[in-house]
Amino acid sequence: MPLRVKAPRPLLPTEPISPPATKHRERSIWMAEGENKGLVLLDFWVSPFGQRCRIALAEKGVEYEYREENLRDKSPLLLKSNPVHKKIPVLIDHGRPVCESLNIVQYIDEKWPDRAPLLPADSYARAQARFWADLVDKKMYESGTKLWKLKGEAQEEAKKEFIEILKLLEGELGDKKYFGGDTFGLVDIALVPFTAWFYSYEACANLSAEKEAPKLVPWVKRCRERESVSKSLPDPLKVYEFVCFLKKVYGIE
Amino acid sequence: MAVEVKVFRSWGNPFSYRVELALRLKGVAYEHIEEDLSNKSTLLLDYNPVHKKVPVLLHHGKPIAESLLILEYIEETWQENPILPKDPRERAVARFWCRFLDDKCLVALWMSCWTEGETQQNFMEQAKECLHLLEEELKGKKFFGGDSIGMVDIAASSIAHWLGVLEEVAGISLLDEEKYPNLCKWTEEFLKSDAVMECLPKRANLLALFQTRKQAISSVK
Repeated sequence: MPLRVKAPRPLLPTEPISPPATKHRERSIWMAEGENKGLVLLDFWVSPFGQRCRIALAEKGVEYEYREENLRDKSPLLLKSNPVHKKIPVLIDHGRPVCESLNIVQYIDEKWPDRAPLLPADSYARAQARFWADLVDKKMYESGTKLWKLKGEAQEEAKKEFIEILKLLEGELGDKKYFGGDTFGLVDIALVPFTAWFYSYEACANLSAEKEAPKLVPWVKRCRERESVSKSLPDPLKVYEFVCFLKKVYGIE
Repeated sequence: MAVEVKVFRSWGNPFSYRVELALRLKGVAYEHIEEDLSNKSTLLLDYNPVHKKVPVLLHHGKPIAESLLILEYIEETWQENPILPKDPRERAVARFWCRFLDDKCLVALWMSCWTEGETQQNFMEQAKECLHLLEEELKGKKFFGGDSIGMVDIAASSIAHWLGVLEEVAGISLLDEEKYPNLCKWTEEFLKSDAVMECLPKRANLLALFQTRKQAISSVK
């Protein structure tokens, strides 16, 4: 099935933080349409949480419209669709929003059960998949963010924490092809977007994920060979540019 | 006959309670294993090596940890009295509110009761915002799950029972009947359920537990 997706417009560090006022007027015209259009994904190019949704939609071969959000000037549609957290990603399905990335991935899996199952059939295996995806959710982003936000002793502590998480995940993967076994699934989708940040973690914190968890290396390669992943993940160098931009914004050297 | 289902729990722990409630709602027989959280058993640590916490559900010897994930497993394994809707989007909404409870609401409520001064004020503001969102979500419904108790109601059980005790111990008021009439009505309906009452820890015991904890914290200062 052909996959027609609007390519994301990358927000480069040199772009102005506040978009021109006209963008809001354009969006307010779209809003009435956007509410009833098939599938719309409100997202931000570098977000690993957004990438999870893109990967899941691609795995299922589902058409959708990608909309890039300016996180410093969130659209009325985003604020209306996710009033509780006001965050991306949000998947709007015929005007009805679904929020939170792992929630969205499970929704996609349940809505299109006839192809590319993202969760195993067995209930216990499903529970295990949810457990490890939940662990990635609870630990990876916060821990990874500390690596480039902190310095000195605090950064060293953050490194230890991050290495522990990597080793835990490496242990769970073992010699399997994917976290779920032979089939690419929820845990792989939850984790693989963070691998685009490994270069940034190395550059900012001198932490080599490859050295600390070598068994993850073939898994990363295997995942990136999937079109759903290679088309959804950003270039690690672009991620690093973005991290450098954020460090300037936060006044971190 | 060997008991197929076991629950590692701690009697006053609201996350453990969620699991027991779900099993009772579905009429599933189980054995509970009481854990002393200050001296966790080797078994618990073996079954939940990552988080080392209660609750853990053991089914045919296989462990599942994290209360919300256990609820999903229970729902998939025993089909009587469903606690999640069938429609994928409604399921996503239920999961959203369960996560909201765990990640934001219950944290704010808990911390409001154990902190002081400006920190406490900030947590109380957050808690009130969260309660307001839940109040709106309940509009026109008997339970979060509609006409019957669902996963969100189970996840919110600490609001129905633990919160009142914590408010008393901390000397604060959060669940104001004037501001949150839907939530207060929901609490009443929730506590009418036999399954809810069967394994709910006694209020007096919870009060004693939290008062002891408060005294221990105060004496350290």
